[in-house]
Amino acid sequence: MNSMQRTLTALGQKEADRVPLFLLTTLHGAKELNLSIEDYFSCAEHVIEGQLQLLKKYRSDCLYGFFYASIEIEAWGGSTIYLPDGPPLCGPPIIKTRSDIDSLQAPGVAASKPLARVLETLRGLKARVGDTVPIIGVAISPFSLPIMQMGFDRYLELLFEDRARFERLMEINIEFCVEWSNAQLEAGATAICYFDPMSSTTNIPRELYLSTGQQVAKRTLSRIKGATATHMASGRCLPILGDIAETGTAVVGVSALEDLAKLKNAANKRVSLLGNLNAIEMRRWTPAEVELKVKRAIAMAGPGGGFILGENHGEVPWQVPDETLLAIADAVERWGQYPLDWVKDWTDPG
Amino acid sequence: MHELVTSFRDSLENMDRVGAENIFRQALNTLTPIKAVEQVVVPALEAIGDAWESGDIALSQVYMSGRFCEQLVDQSLPPSDPDRKHQPRSAIVVLSDYHMLGKRIVYSVMRASGFELFDYGRMDVDELVERAIADKLRVLLISVLILPSALKVRQVCDRLKAANVPIKVMVGGAPFMFDEQMWRDVGADAMGRNAAEAVSIVNAWMGEMQ
Repeated sequence: MNSMQRTLTALGQKEADRVPLFLLTTLHGAKELNLSIEDYFSCAEHVIEGQLQLLKKYRSDCLYGFFYASIEIEAWGGSTIYLPDGPPLCGPPIIKTRSDIDSLQAPGVAASKPLARVLETLRGLKARVGDTVPIIGVAISPFSLPIMQMGFDRYLELLFEDRARFERLMEINIEFCVEWSNAQLEAGATAICYFDPMSSTTNIPRELYLSTGQQVAKRTLSRIKGATATHMASGRCLPILGDIAETGTAVVGVSALEDLAKLKNAANKRVSLLGNLNAIEMRRWTPAEVELKVKRAIAMAGPGGGFILGENHGEVPWQVPDETLLAIADAVERWGQYPLDWVKDWTDPG
Repeated sequence: MHELVTSFRDSLENMDRVGAENIFRQALNTLTPIKAVEQVVVPALEAIGDAWESGDIALSQVYMSGRFCEQLVDQSLPPSDPDRKHQPRSAIVVLSDYHMLGKRIVYSVMRASGFELFDYGRMDVDELVERAIADKLRVLLISVLILPSALKVRQVCDRLKAANVPIKVMVGGAPFMFDEQMWRDVGADAMGRNAAEAVSIVNAWMGEMQ
């Protein structure tokens, strides 16, 4: 099987030749090309080359068209702060007061140079791998984007204190998210990873999710012309996993803070799971620890398909060494081959 | 008192400001403001912090509870109140990071618990070390969200130790929650898993410092 066949089989809730591995590496491409992070993301050719090298090196089953979250904010007129050893961060909020929302307008995707770089990257990747490897595009959910647009604290206050402006902001953000997602699919993305950490039960209670984040997701995902995966970016989601499945998403990216076996049970074949290796802790894992963590995740969620192994945040940190990522790939090849006969006799050493 | 704490916590979690305010005023009928804070507000915020850590309530409830309690306590225990003054000189900062919510929550809960502390906003290592020494801090709370910032705490702790200043450093934020060994690796004296735990730790340090 190639990576596309392996992934589609898993998403069909069936067992492929082995458990698919989605190592969502972004910054490591800059290391491969010996470029600063800012230089790396300044040019689509860099990211195309970086992603292809990482695919070969780490034996992942996907290419990742994601640059960094605040590239969307650049399209809205905002700025990005580059770090030498971490993900580019969002600059000052573009919505400074609540009344700014009254006159806010979504930017056109076609007019944005930063977004054009991402689209060019997706086209380049598609031209190189065709339909053999899933290419993952990324859109920040309309419900989570305001964390960057206005700051987390002010967004929470808006949500609780000014529902009319919240609704207006959602309308604007939904239009942008739909246009941006569909542009990525047209450029060659196989699916869109819909980052929605705000909906996580780490951030808001289930009752509030049902009346806000879930409604926004239903209205947005139904207009995206391709498959979507909803990612909680390390946040918890076990109490709302069934509710997320109702939004029409195919995959949920889950947290290391939750039990993968319980998540698999709750998913109940309605959605597939992506996760949940601890992206922060893995920078100091020994080879033996890597093998145990991979084995444990596969034992909990691998049987029957519906599972893609990955880390839990949606981006492997810069500080995670090559040896660890290569050891993950080795462990998946060793323990992820279906049928997973070893699982029934395996006792987790704890 | 237990019932009062439970009712106060329920009101906070449900965003019932009026209810929470009434319960706090009821407590003030029999307690001094600082005692009402210690016996009603602090235990309720501790319970809310524990519930968030175990995944039973959400960050939005923690943030709005802390913010409301801070306002409530400021009304009855102003920053100039003598009861707030017998504390170690303390500050809170976001280190080399631009994610401010965690600091905002801890700052609110510290103040709602009767503490006064400097809010340094966002600083890099050099500026923070200089300021901490100049302000003669005894307690420094460092909040981060991203991994590179968490690892920079090591530089802060090493520089403070090299300067031989008696500052206790507590860290908090997502990287420390996902890697429970990290706070020791970076040389901190403690990790606050949530805002209320930060209050408990500072309280314990106050005892040691007296």
